[in-house]
Amino acid sequence: MSSITLLEAIRQGLWEEMERDDRVFLLGEDIGIYGGAFKVTDGFVRRFGEERVVDTPISESAIVGAACGAAMMGMRPVAEMQFIDFISCCFDILRNYAATSRYRQDIGIPMVVRGPCGGGVHGGPFHSQNVESFFLNTPGLKMVEPSTPYDAKGLIKAAIRDEDPVLFFEHKFLYRNPKIKQEVPADDYIVPIGKAAIRREGRDLSIITYGAMVYTALDAADRLKDEGVDAEIIDLRTLLPFDREAVLESVKKTSKVIILHEATRTGGMAGELTAVINEEAFEYLDGPVMRVTSIDTPVPYAPPLEEFFMPQVDDVLKAARALAAY
Amino acid sequence: MELDKRQQLELLFFMRLTRSLEDRLDNLYKQGKIVGGLFRSLGQEATAVGSAYALDGKKGDMLSPLTRDLGALLVKGALPREVFASYLWRATSLSRGRDQNIHITDLKRGFIGTISPLGTLIAVMNGVMLATRMQKKQSVGMVYIGDGGTSTGAFHEAANFAAVQNLPLVIIGENNSYAYTTPTTRQMRILNLADRVKAYGMPSEIIDGNDVMAVYGSAQRAVDRAREGGGPTFIEAKTFRMRGHAAHDDQSYVAKELLDQWRKRDPIAHLEKALKDNKVASAGDIEQVNKRVASLLDEDLAWAESQPSPAPEDALGGVYAGDVKPKAVSAGSED
Repeated sequence: MSSITLLEAIRQGLWEEMERDDRVFLLGEDIGIYGGAFKVTDGFVRRFGEERVVDTPISESAIVGAACGAAMMGMRPVAEMQFIDFISCCFDILRNYAATSRYRQDIGIPMVVRGPCGGGVHGGPFHSQNVESFFLNTPGLKMVEPSTPYDAKGLIKAAIRDEDPVLFFEHKFLYRNPKIKQEVPADDYIVPIGKAAIRREGRDLSIITYGAMVYTALDAADRLKDEGVDAEIIDLRTLLPFDREAVLESVKKTSKVIILHEATRTGGMAGELTAVINEEAFEYLDGPVMRVTSIDTPVPYAPPLEEFFMPQVDDVLKAARALAAY
Repeated sequence: MELDKRQQLELLFFMRLTRSLEDRLDNLYKQGKIVGGLFRSLGQEATAVGSAYALDGKKGDMLSPLTRDLGALLVKGALPREVFASYLWRATSLSRGRDQNIHITDLKRGFIGTISPLGTLIAVMNGVMLATRMQKKQSVGMVYIGDGGTSTGAFHEAANFAAVQNLPLVIIGENNSYAYTTPTTRQMRILNLADRVKAYGMPSEIIDGNDVMAVYGSAQRAVDRAREGGGPTFIEAKTFRMRGHAAHDDQSYVAKELLDQWRKRDPIAHLEKALKDNKVASAGDIEQVNKRVASLLDEDLAWAESQPSPAPEDALGGVYAGDVKPKAVSAGSED
């Protein structure tokens, strides 16, 4: 076993699935000879050929539409969005076709749409977004966002083997981040979709989060320890359908909750999680469910603006201290 | 490629079946038994029937019709009873009451229901053909778009994708002169839909969409070329929508003279006359076709009307594999 990055873990997962199952094929922009804008598919076209690694025009609707059609016919397509921001261009296909097919016509669409999401790399308004809330209200889709190399590999494999359309978000701030490199088993394994992970056990406060914000939460938990607050960190890993049991179990244990995400605030994951906690664990709560999120603006480019936009460790500490007063 | 008497009468059968089926749907709509919208293909039957007739089910050919292509669906093997059951929202319809009109799918018979956003299914059919190519099948796909639909982004992305991938796809462009209320002159600055695909390097033909033999001939050429590896073709069928967009629309925005002019070019009357003039079929043969259609529809409508409606809770389930039922919205109801 060697220590690998999150990006390498995704690459390995895709590679192994293509070796294992010849129904799996890739399509997207510049994924062939160039290996993709972030090099996730570097070397794939040489190994698997142009029929299974399809370079496409800049046509997100055509890419995801083709993935839907191929999936209906028994293939296992994996479509790449060069940046996940561009998934807006194929919203119709995802929302009206992929998500409704099983319900309407009993035909599953086992397809993965994957791509780099998230900020912190000064990509500006169109290369930094988190898009999960656009699709949270779309029954029929699944959404996954790994925070560790182990999970990334296990979840991309699970997504490819899943019978339903899965949106797979890869946080670009984590892609090559050396601090999160991890040893990953060489043997085949999957991480099940729909299951959260406890990143840190604690008694006093639950921080429910996912993606790159897991590390912000861990940093905050270290600081809170010095203040005598023992925080538990839940990494959702799957955003739709999210792991209700894990969330509720943690809330019942700690009675105080912060929901932390990098996506903007209004209509986000945090609002939905708050509603579920209110409906199903209200009597366990000792204080209000707190949200720590990006502000309700487009993602700004300049470093000081982007830093202000995104949740920081201090924002988590502030919310935790407010909750400690209850 | 020359069609014999049996085949020509079969074309007539499917066109008559389409029109009579829709006449009955019209009545059911007026009786309040059909809810939502009713979209007719009156006057356009030749385009739908003639094009789909060029496909070969044995070779795994696939078809995705629009709402005004009931005739294509019938040629591909959908049964009138399935169409009635769908419109009458029966629990035993192909979508079990979950989707409407002719949004019905059966991959075994090779038809894939459309969805209401236009152009989407061309993109999906590209994927169907990518898959069959990877699976080493010799299948050809046929997909439909109206004049209105050719202005969508999905149409242009998908047409270009089909061309650049050289997919075995035939796109039937039904130019029926109106997109809901908007005439083609207000939709585009060109006279022919076929001009749109020239930019993608896709060959095209323009035909009289009310002449079923012309439609069939053109479609057969395109299907043959696709099967031989020649890539996609766009066929523009010039026709006319003889009713409003849907049953609620009285079509008051269409000049009476225009309708009178197109009424003289009725595709069924045209075929019947040609069959008689060319001594292919007698008035008796034609009468027999009409009788077959009427008795089939009697039987199938009776069957559909005898089918149960879905139970309210049938709205649940089937969203994900493994039938994970969405949590009921009302408080306290755990499933």
